Amino acid sequence: MNPYAGLVSRLRAAWLAGRTRPMEYRVSQLEALGRFLDEKKKSIMDALAADLRKPCFEVEVSEVILCKNELNHALSNLSSWMKDEHVDRNLVTQLDMAFIRKDPYGMVLIIGPWNYPVQLILVPLIGAIAAGNCVIIKPSEVSSCVEKLIAEMLPSYLDKDCFAVVTGGVKETTELLENRFDYIFFTGNSSIGRIIMAAAAKHLTPVTLELGGKNPCYVAEDCDLQNVANRVAWGRFFNAGQTCIAPDYVLCSQETQEKLLPALRRAITEFYGANPQESPDFARIVSDKQFQRLQALMNGGCVAIGGQTDEKERYIAPTVLVDVSISAPIMQEEIFGPILPIVTVANVEEAINFINARERPLAVYAFSSNKKVLNEVLKQTSSGGFGGNDTIMHMTLITLPFGGIGESGLGMYHGKFSFDTFSHHRTCLLRYTGLEKLNEFRYPPYTQRNLALLSSTFEIKRKGSCTLL
Amino acid sequence: MSKNEEGQEEAFVSSKAGKSDDKVTSTNPYAGLVNRLRASWLAGKTRPMEYRVSQLEALSRFLDEKKQSILDALAADMRKPPFEGEFAEILLVRNEVNYAINNLSTWMKDENVEKNLVVQLDSVFIRKDPYGVALIIAPWNYPIHLLLLPMIGAIAAGNCVIIKPSEISKNSEALISEMLPNYLDKDCFAVVTAGVEETTKLLENKFDYIFFTGSPRVGKIIMKAAATHLTPVTLELGGKNPCYVADQCNLQNVANRIVWGRFFNAGQSCIAPDYVLCTLETQEKLLPVLRRAINDFYGAEPKESPDYARIINDKQFQRLQALMNGGRVAIGGQTDAKERYIAPTVLVDVSTSAPIMQEEIFGPILPIVTVANLEEAIDFINARERPLSLYAFCDNKAIHQLLDRTSSGGFCGNDTLLHVSLVSLPFGGIGNSGMGKYHGKFSFDTFTHHRASLLRNAGLEAINRIRYPPYSDQKMALLIAAFGVKRRGACTLM
Repeated sequence: MNPYAGLVSRLRAAWLAGRTRPMEYRVSQLEALGRFLDEKKKSIMDALAADLRKPCFEVEVSEVILCKNELNHALSNLSSWMKDEHVDRNLVTQLDMAFIRKDPYGMVLIIGPWNYPVQLILVPLIGAIAAGNCVIIKPSEVSSCVEKLIAEMLPSYLDKDCFAVVTGGVKETTELLENRFDYIFFTGNSSIGRIIMAAAAKHLTPVTLELGGKNPCYVAEDCDLQNVANRVAWGRFFNAGQTCIAPDYVLCSQETQEKLLPALRRAITEFYGANPQESPDFARIVSDKQFQRLQALMNGGCVAIGGQTDEKERYIAPTVLVDVSISAPIMQEEIFGPILPIVTVANVEEAINFINARERPLAVYAFSSNKKVLNEVLKQTSSGGFGGNDTIMHMTLITLPFGGIGESGLGMYHGKFSFDTFSHHRTCLLRYTGLEKLNEFRYPPYTQRNLALLSSTFEIKRKGSCTLL
Repeated sequence: MSKNEEGQEEAFVSSKAGKSDDKVTSTNPYAGLVNRLRASWLAGKTRPMEYRVSQLEALSRFLDEKKQSILDALAADMRKPPFEGEFAEILLVRNEVNYAINNLSTWMKDENVEKNLVVQLDSVFIRKDPYGVALIIAPWNYPIHLLLLPMIGAIAAGNCVIIKPSEISKNSEALISEMLPNYLDKDCFAVVTAGVEETTKLLENKFDYIFFTGSPRVGKIIMKAAATHLTPVTLELGGKNPCYVADQCNLQNVANRIVWGRFFNAGQSCIAPDYVLCTLETQEKLLPVLRRAINDFYGAEPKESPDYARIINDKQFQRLQALMNGGRVAIGGQTDAKERYIAPTVLVDVSTSAPIMQEEIFGPILPIVTVANLEEAIDFINARERPLSLYAFCDNKAIHQLLDRTSSGGFCGNDTLLHVSLVSLPFGGIGNSGMGKYHGKFSFDTFTHHRASLLRNAGLEAINRIRYPPYSDQKMALLIAAFGVKRRGACTLM
């Protein structure tokens, strides 16, 4: 007997009873989430500090504000999102009602990662609740203090009949996945993404997979390199590099590299001081395993900046590598830490070829003062999202969809895209009961005349096509 | 604070950054073809709008020039009446081609979105990128429509496409594989003919999108195969589409519309009304009007009507013949194995545990299941897998009750089938009946990756400083002011 079968049944019963449907209900649950963020803010800060030594500022910006923005956006727009969407009718359906009904899927499962353990659980949750679903959330066991906080404190804010938190590791998640869900939203790495999708396939459950990859960052020769260095360093070292959309590696010419290094050095010093280990504004690596993995990665090149580590604190200095070996692990796997390798290329074409020879990343970044270069990189590559002359910022805009492609994921969310992700767009046509005469020409016995009539009422002509008389 | 060893194992498994299609060895019979199309894709052949329009126009010419061959193939496959072939397989497809060509430039445009304070001076938009190489697998019941309609979306969105028509509708399969390639660019589009074994081999290759129409059972296999490459999918599956009928004055109209939906293509339609739910009283009134509609449409002897199709093959014929045992024949029931003819049939006294109420019928048999009232009908529907379509013939109040309290791919009140003929409405299932949607712009969106793009100013660095360390409360306050999204209508009481 599956240990979670009872829980899933219970939530599904609440779903079938229609508990989560009324707008007022959804609003009340979303408002409760808002209160959780306000009232438990200190606990959230403490938990993130314990798990990742995440600076309070970073917590506020990347975990709290982003969630509150999404909450407010959803609350402000929910009634219009929920409305039936009326569509254009053709000749035949002129008297009918044709619209798209936004139906919830039913039972949703959200699995979160450890790097932004509050944001990456709550933002999808907001979408799922707004769309009228019942939800089970499974926070990451790796960020164990946040996991504990969510499991202990969040349920008291939400309706326990419709929302639940499940904690556990691989074994528990596997058992959880044996149950049938109506939607699964997963954030994590590609290998687990495959396992999730295969499990979902057994029940024909639709999925959104927010995965990762190596986000390239091309830097052209024509840039103000200090600005570039600031923006790249910020993106790379925020949360000690444990960010799915961080710039993973830099692509630039040898010449640019020589100028970039001092600029990066300066940015790092300005941000974190001469000894980043003493800065209150620099996070730590989440676990020993991750720490050791990152330490080993550094062997893939020469340390040009940083390189210091401290196992006790799981501290890895903001590090820049040069003379990187393309076949070394550091250029084979997503780094997910505060190490920035620089790979030299002759020009932008070579950079584009380098990017296209690899799996499609979650983000592609390009820095150039020439818009043409930015547009060229955008046009010739394929990625989840694209940032020109900055890193990470594209995910902070609530009006832009956030999602990957290929190895970096499938589906998208944020803002209305979250609501749409967790909604089934149900086609509805309510026809007029009378006027049967109009229907008759579609019925047998079939005649050429009827076919001609049917064609003329249904036909969509090509615009601008005319008949020469 | 200790870390769980297992937890760490789960949290991060290094994912190879190299191309995952290395796994498919050159011994895979389709690897060469897929690689060739992928090379064309990477070379950017399918990107320009003019190219896409030219390929869509070529599709249109195929429909025009090969119309008779198409109708002949459909007649050979399932004795589809030319009227039905022309309407469902040619006209509806041509509509979608024209609709796509008419709107392509708008659909392809970068979509500008609302900006916040921080990015006021920047370019913020959604770029519509193709996925790359798409695979479309079609079924046998509408073998042209269900192959070409998704293909229109895939081409419009700028993808290279491999299409795999059903081997069961073998005349249509032969026509497509022999004639279609002459119309399209062979570097970017290919037809693969394959049975189960070969399709399995085809699926071992990496595709960037897979679009499948068929049964839920095979849908699971497709999705599982897609999972190994993290390939996004649209699955257009099926189920038992309930048709609730309440007593009303226009029962003949109701019967006409149900009979049309059920017996079109000899019942071999994924969106056909699968079974009727009504009271015993309504059933008694429904039977004579159903009989009359069948008579009006197909004559006293439907076998002699040129307007009535046949079952696609012996296997399906035998399956349907056996299904009839699940109830008592009230209308029809005659069969002819030689012609694979099954008369338009209505069953009553149906056993809900019999196969006919367990599997999608997909044939010209309409069981009537009696319920006491609307409530019971809703419970009956909700106790079962969510269907592709839900039909309701009743007053407005009951229609809204049904709509609000059930879940299905689509819904049509007071008619059958028509909800899929409007290009402005999405077509897709939910749960067992599928995932994803298409038709019209929804097809374009299905085969498009919506790529968030932010092109920022290279200068104006001073503004960015508020986000950089060293962190301070002052910077935080400024950031909140710049970034914060307020709740509309929220006000501060002073």
